[in-house]
Amino acid sequence: MTTLLKVEKITKKFGNLYANDQISFEVKKSEVLAILGENGAGKTTLMNILFGHYTPDSGNVNFEGNAIEFGNTNNAIKLGIGMVHQHFTLAENLTALENIIIGRQSIFSLTLPKRNARVKILELSKKFGLPIDPDELVANLSVSEKQRIEILKTLFLDCKLLILDEPTAALTPQETDALFSTIRNMIKTGLSVILISHKLNEILAVSDRIIVLRNGSSVGEIDTNSTDREKIAEMIVGKKIDYPKKTKIPKKSKVLSLIDVSYKKPDAPNLSKVNLDLYGGQILGIAGVAGNGQTTLAKILSGHFKPTQGKIIFEEAKSVHTSPKSFMDLGVAYIPEDRNSDGIVGDMEIWENAIMTEMDDPFLRNSLGIINKKTSFDRSENLCETYDVRMQSIRQRSRLLSGGNVQKLLLGRWLMRKPKIIIACQPTRGLDEGAIASIQKLLLEAQQNGSAIILISEDLDELLTISDDISVMYKGMLSNPTESSSTNKLSIGLQMAGDGFL
Amino acid sequence: MIKFRLEERANSPYWLIILSPFIAILVAIILAGILIVLAGANPFQSYYQLIIGAFGSKNSVAETLARATPIILTGLAASIAFRAKFWNIGAEGQLYFGALATTFFGTGLVVLPSILMIPFLFIMGALAGGLLLLPLVLLKLYYKVDEVVTTLLLNFVVVLLVSYLLEGPWKDPMSLGWPQGKSVIEEGVLPQILSKTRLHLGFIISIFFAFSIWFILSKTVIGYRIKSVGLNAAAASHAGVPIFKTVLVVALLSGGMAGMAGVTETAGLKGYLTLDLSPGFGYAGIAVAMLANLNPIGVIFSGVFLASIYVGADAMSRAMNVPTYLADVIVALTVLCILLSLVFVHYKILFFGAKKYD
Repeated sequence: MTTLLKVEKITKKFGNLYANDQISFEVKKSEVLAILGENGAGKTTLMNILFGHYTPDSGNVNFEGNAIEFGNTNNAIKLGIGMVHQHFTLAENLTALENIIIGRQSIFSLTLPKRNARVKILELSKKFGLPIDPDELVANLSVSEKQRIEILKTLFLDCKLLILDEPTAALTPQETDALFSTIRNMIKTGLSVILISHKLNEILAVSDRIIVLRNGSSVGEIDTNSTDREKIAEMIVGKKIDYPKKTKIPKKSKVLSLIDVSYKKPDAPNLSKVNLDLYGGQILGIAGVAGNGQTTLAKILSGHFKPTQGKIIFEEAKSVHTSPKSFMDLGVAYIPEDRNSDGIVGDMEIWENAIMTEMDDPFLRNSLGIINKKTSFDRSENLCETYDVRMQSIRQRSRLLSGGNVQKLLLGRWLMRKPKIIIACQPTRGLDEGAIASIQKLLLEAQQNGSAIILISEDLDELLTISDDISVMYKGMLSNPTESSSTNKLSIGLQMAGDGFL
Repeated sequence: MIKFRLEERANSPYWLIILSPFIAILVAIILAGILIVLAGANPFQSYYQLIIGAFGSKNSVAETLARATPIILTGLAASIAFRAKFWNIGAEGQLYFGALATTFFGTGLVVLPSILMIPFLFIMGALAGGLLLLPLVLLKLYYKVDEVVTTLLLNFVVVLLVSYLLEGPWKDPMSLGWPQGKSVIEEGVLPQILSKTRLHLGFIISIFFAFSIWFILSKTVIGYRIKSVGLNAAAASHAGVPIFKTVLVVALLSGGMAGMAGVTETAGLKGYLTLDLSPGFGYAGIAVAMLANLNPIGVIFSGVFLASIYVGADAMSRAMNVPTYLADVIVALTVLCILLSLVFVHYKILFFGAKKYD
C-alpha cells in the first residue's frame, strides 16, 4: 500500500508545555488510523496542525509526497485533507446543499452553481451510503444528518484523507453502525480516514491501526487485530487500570417516585408524563440520545426546575419546596452534565469549591457567619485525600485541575454528605479510562452504602456494566425500566431511536 | 509580519499585581501631560500645582478627604455589586435617595440626641438606597430585566424627583428662593473632625465601612457566596448556594453604601439637600471601584486619588490657565489604563513571526 500522509517529528509548544513532542506516523492509502489518548494528550493539536489551523514549531508533513504548507487551511483542503469537527460548522439557516457548496465560490460571483453541485452531491450520497435531502434546512436536521452533511462537504471537495474528531459522541448505536459502514465504503474506494475517539470498542471495530498519544508524545503504534481493549487502555493511561466490578445488592425501600411528571416550557427539552420509582441501593441507568429530555429530568430531580404537571414524592418528606437547596437538604446530590460550567467555580480555590455545599456546617463557620479557615482547610485536605483528587495545594485555582480530578472533587463533595439519592449526569463523559474507572468505582461504593443512584449516560457500555436497571428517554418520554442483565445494546439502541414509544 | 498572541498566566506574579495600577496611573499622567502641552502649559508645573492644590495645606488636604468621602462609599457600592456581577450603575440615584431620606427624617421629623441621631440617619439613608434598588433586583431575578438599563435610567428619574421636591413641597422657605431643602437639625449634623475645615465625621465612617465590607467579603459566608455567585452562578446554585438571597443581600449592601453617600453629603458637607449635591459621585464610584480592582481597602486609596485629582485640578486650572476638564480626562485615562493593565496582569504576550518550514 502506498503512503498517503507522512508526519515527521512534529513538535508544538504552548508556553512551556509540549502539546506535541516529536510525533511521527504515516497514513497509508485505504486505511483507517485511530488516534487515541487522554484529554490533553495532544490529539486535537496534532489534527489542527494537519488541517492548517496551527503552525508547528518544528517537523514536516508530507501529503502524497508534497510538503504541506502549515497554517493554511485552504492549502490543506486543496491537497485533499478534510476534517469533520466534533462541533459542527454548519449554517443552520441554509439548506444542506447550500452548506456543502458554500465558501467555495468567489465572494463576487452572483450565483451559486447549484445544479452541477446537486448532481455531484447526490452521486456521492449514493456511493458512500450517506442519505440526505439537499433542500432541507440544516436547522431541521438531526445530529447524524448534520454529520452526514459535514462528511459530504469534505467529499464534495474531493478529499483523500478524512479526519473525524469524536464522530460518534452524539449518535445512537444504529447511527454509529451506519457511520462505520460509510467509513468502510470510503476505504474501499481508496480514501483514508483518521479517527479520533474515546470509545475503545468502536475503535476496535472500525480501525486498521492505532496510535496512542500520551502527554504529547507518541507512546505506541499497534495493529488493531493484534490487540484488545485492556491493552489499549493501559497504553493510553500508562498503567494498568483497575476496572470496577459490580456486585448486586438487594433493593432497599423506595426513596423517590415521580408520578406523571411533565415539563412544558420553551427553556428546555420538554418531558411528558414521566413515571419513575427509585430504591435505596439501586442504580437506575437512563439512556437516550442527547437532547431528549434527560437534562430536564435531572434538573427536576435536583430541584432546579419545577414540573409543570405531576408529582415528585420523597418518601421521607410530605411536601417539599422546589429549590436546589431544599432538595439537597433531603439528601439529593446532583452531578451536573457540564462539570466546568455548572459544577465547579474555576476561579475559586480548591478548598473554596470543596466546602461550597457545606456552608451550613457549624464546624466550618461560627454563628456570626465567619468562616473557620482552619477546619475548612482540614476538611478540604481530607476530601482530596479520600477521593484521590490530585493537586499541588488546596489554595490552587480549581480551573487548573484536570477533568477527572474536577469530577472526583465534585463527587467527593457530595459523597462526604452521605447522600440518599445521587443524580449523576454524564459523570464520565470526556474523561480518560483511568478516571472513568475511579468515578464508576465511587458510584458503586455509594450504592453499596445504600444510596439510590440515577445514572444518565450516553455510554451504553457504562450503563450496562454499572446500572441495575435501564430506562430509555425518547422525546421526553421515559420507558419502563428493564434489568440490565436481560437487555443489550441492540435493543436499547432501538429504543433510543423511538422503538416502543407511542 | 510579526504576530502576537495572548496566553493566560497560570499565576500572576505578586509584584505585577501590586505594581500594575501605579504603572497605569503613570501612563495616564504622561498621556494627560501631552494634552496639557497642547493646552499651552508646562505639564511639570501643572502637575506640581495639582499636587499642591490637593495636598499643599491643611485646608486642601481636608478638602480632598471631604471630597473622597462620598466617592469611597459609592466605590464600595460598585465593588460589592460588581463582585457578584450585578451591574449597579445606579449609585447616583441611590445617593440622592439617601439624601432624600436624610432630609425627610433629619429636618425635624425625628429628634434624637446626636449619638443616636447620626446612626439613625445613616440607617435610614442606607435603607432608602437599598430599597430603591430592590424592585430592580426583583425585576432582574424574576423577569431577567437587564439591571444596567434599569439602574442607569432610574438615576434620571430620582434626580427629577429631587428637583420636583426642591422646587415644590420640600423647598426651604428660608432659602431666599433657592431650590434647596430644609437644614438638617443640629443633632443630625456630622461634626467636623478637623477644625476650620469642611472635613467631617463622614470620612471616618466611610473608612469604617470600607473595612467592614472587606471583612464581610473576605471572611464570612455571605462574602464567600457573593464571590461564588459572581464567578459562576450556575455552579454555585448547583452546590446549594441560594442565588436569590445572595443577590438580594448584594443589592441591599450596594444600594445601602450609595445611600449613605447621600447622608454624608446632606448631613455632613452641606447641611441641606440641593440639586447639585452630587456632581456625579455615583458614576465616579464606578471608576474608583475599577481602579481598586473591586478591593474594598483599595477603594479608600483610589477614592482619595480621584478626589485629589478633582480638587487639585481646580487649583491647577486657576494657576496655569488650563481647563478643569483635564481632571475628567486624567480620571478617564487612568481607568482605561488600569483596565488595559489587567490584561497584562492576567496574560502573557507572546510575539512570534510567521515562519515557514519546508
